[in-house]
Amino acid sequence: MQLLLLLAISPLISGLIKTLKARMQTRRGPGVLQFYRDLYKLFRKGMVIPDTASWIFTAAPYVVFVTTAMAGLMLPMTSTEAPLGLFGGVLAIVYLLGLGRFFLALAGMDTGSSFGGLGSSREMTISALAEPAMMLAVFTVAIAANSTNLSEVARSAVGQNWRFFAPAQMLACAALYVVLIAETGRIPVDNPATHLELTMVHEAMILEYSGPHLALIEWAASMKQLVLMTLLVNVFWPFGLASGPSVAGALGGLGWLLLKLGLLSCSIVLVETTNAKLRLFRVPEMLSVAFTLGTLALVSTFLF
Amino acid sequence: MLIAFLVLAATAQSLDFARFHLLGSQLPPLDQGVVFLLFFLGFGVKAGIVPLHIWLPDAHPVAPSNVSALMSGIVIKTGIYGMARVFFDFFGPPPLWTGTVVLAIGVASALLGVLYALMEHDLKRLLAYHSIENIGIILMGFGAALVFRALGHGNLAAVALVAGLYHTFNHATFKGLLFLGAGSVLQGTGTRNMEHMGGLIRRMPATALFFLVGSVAISGLPPLNGFVSEWLTYQALLAGFGSTESLTRMMFPIAGALLALTAALAAACFVKAFGIPFLALPRSEAAAAAKEAPVSMRIGMGILAAGCVALGLGATWFVRLFDPITSQALGLRVSSSLVAANGLAMAAGTGRGGTVSTAGIAVLGLALGGVVAILVMLRSRGARRVSGPTWDCGLPGLTADNQYTATAFSKPLRMIFSALYRPRREIQAEYEVSPYYPTAIRFESDIEPAFEKHFYDPLQRSILELARRMRGIQAGSIHAYLAYIFVTLILLLLFGVRG
Repeated sequence: MQLLLLLAISPLISGLIKTLKARMQTRRGPGVLQFYRDLYKLFRKGMVIPDTASWIFTAAPYVVFVTTAMAGLMLPMTSTEAPLGLFGGVLAIVYLLGLGRFFLALAGMDTGSSFGGLGSSREMTISALAEPAMMLAVFTVAIAANSTNLSEVARSAVGQNWRFFAPAQMLACAALYVVLIAETGRIPVDNPATHLELTMVHEAMILEYSGPHLALIEWAASMKQLVLMTLLVNVFWPFGLASGPSVAGALGGLGWLLLKLGLLSCSIVLVETTNAKLRLFRVPEMLSVAFTLGTLALVSTFLF
Repeated sequence: MLIAFLVLAATAQSLDFARFHLLGSQLPPLDQGVVFLLFFLGFGVKAGIVPLHIWLPDAHPVAPSNVSALMSGIVIKTGIYGMARVFFDFFGPPPLWTGTVVLAIGVASALLGVLYALMEHDLKRLLAYHSIENIGIILMGFGAALVFRALGHGNLAAVALVAGLYHTFNHATFKGLLFLGAGSVLQGTGTRNMEHMGGLIRRMPATALFFLVGSVAISGLPPLNGFVSEWLTYQALLAGFGSTESLTRMMFPIAGALLALTAALAAACFVKAFGIPFLALPRSEAAAAAKEAPVSMRIGMGILAAGCVALGLGATWFVRLFDPITSQALGLRVSSSLVAANGLAMAAGTGRGGTVSTAGIAVLGLALGGVVAILVMLRSRGARRVSGPTWDCGLPGLTADNQYTATAFSKPLRMIFSALYRPRREIQAEYEVSPYYPTAIRFESDIEPAFEKHFYDPLQRSILELARRMRGIQAGSIHAYLAYIFVTLILLLLFGVRG
């Protein structure tokens, strides 16, 4: 169920962000459903595979797609029970996304083009610097719940809806928000809309992909964005999470989830529209702010 | 180390290890601390902890690769074995600061090890620096175990000890595998410099596959073995936060975050270490003409690669092997609390801590991957699938010179951590008409070996200086020497009379 949900609404969120961004910039922009059309079209297209590439290039889209989907299954989306809670918690999610990134970076290098190497190098650098901040934010909530299992985290959060206003939670949330921007390749870290060689990160890595492979990667990137966004909203604002498997609860949970994701999308759009892209070497400063926020979050669990 | 052993032997009146059990705790506190530090430094040199690591990246690469594999697999582990034996067998519950010191040194070793590895383009030196990193991760487990023991949390101490020991095993497996892989690359291409390799995945498919397995494992990515022990280490560190009320508990999550940084940098490093030598176009003729390793080497790598997979997927079975160790050291068996759901998943060993199942992830991943592949194939049936040249910006012909190099790959990190590396670069361009059309460019870049320069060089200089002054009394005159002997004799006699 959750797998289908994940696959179904991730393009919607990506489409929503694109459309909202266009409206903010007084453009009409593509419709909210454009991402679905893109995927549909890409899956029917032929493929061009660079003749320098090896089996890594072919395998990477599948690895990325599958690891991202599995990470999504370890996450409580509509109810507090994550389908794959037993298989892993938040650490497994971070590391599964890491596995996908590892293969994507290798695929970028596999093409032999300088763009691929450039993208891989930058992607691995940024993600390496984002990781500690992410872990600190995650530790803050894991410590509050006494578990890294997200179902446990969600269960302990439900019923304390106003816990968000505790200083530790707010700081950790801010840290995770910065990490979210960096990890999903949004302005001011990366620009998902550009193909300009100096500024590409994620796009540079996947420059040589086409057809169904590109569709898998784009879909996986959109799922990853959904996974990180859901992690943020459900861990910090556990409003409306159903506590057991019931149809009404699931529908209510879905409604709340979409509402929360919608609000988060709006804030991402605001950030994207009001900021310029940072120079690559300014990004570490932004991530160290996130790291500091995470540290402060932990210190404040200690103080309050 | 010898001094420490002698102190213990003097107390035990014996050199038998069996008599040393818990003996350290009988010493007065100050002696305990000194003996502990002496052991830590002594075994630390062997294990290659920062700042006593500088011999390691010089020594390991020059050995033949199979010996390098043994050196990092077994030899530096004797240091770890010694520490485990001393910390957990000879000593009882230690003072708190010992664990803190071990944890801090562990974090420093892990982080500095991986940062220096990133700047290395010699495949085997890179692996040697990663040994330092992994020793650091092992010590993080040990340090946490010492702290828990000092605080009286036997159960947590056992979990942290298992994490450290499991990582010891894992490191032996994947590092052995990677060194053997590096060895067959060296044999195939005749160089250890990554910048002269490339495209080896076509020439050496088996080596490439095994090296990839090792790379995924050492980067701590699921479902292989590196992930399991790093996950256990995280769990131990997280549990540490709740173990005490004092401010010292802040060090656990910070250590956890730095472990995350280390692991992520290791992943970046192995994208480089696999991507540059094995993928894309060959960068030299030697690499283009490389030959696959002989069957015997492939079998060796195959066994170790299978070991990485088995230690990863069968983690719930392997943790039982550590029960005898923890029961001897701490009187506790924790494997049952580390296994959940009838052996399907690993648990954190602490109440509701959290679970992870590498076997589950692997099986489900393969199943999902299969389904997706079939669906994609059905959907795109009849669509064209052609092979074409990589986009080269319209210039004719993409060559190996267009590829990103290992230096370029690690450039962003070199810039970001320039405070540590203090990189030096030198560019000389020769031109005839205008500087925009150079005829030749020479580029040189290197990083400063900080430890050698700021720690060992002053040390060496002061020792030499001391030696130079000492030379004054070694005048070579027999009268002087007779006088020295006479004075010594008198002093000894006085000492003897008073004693």
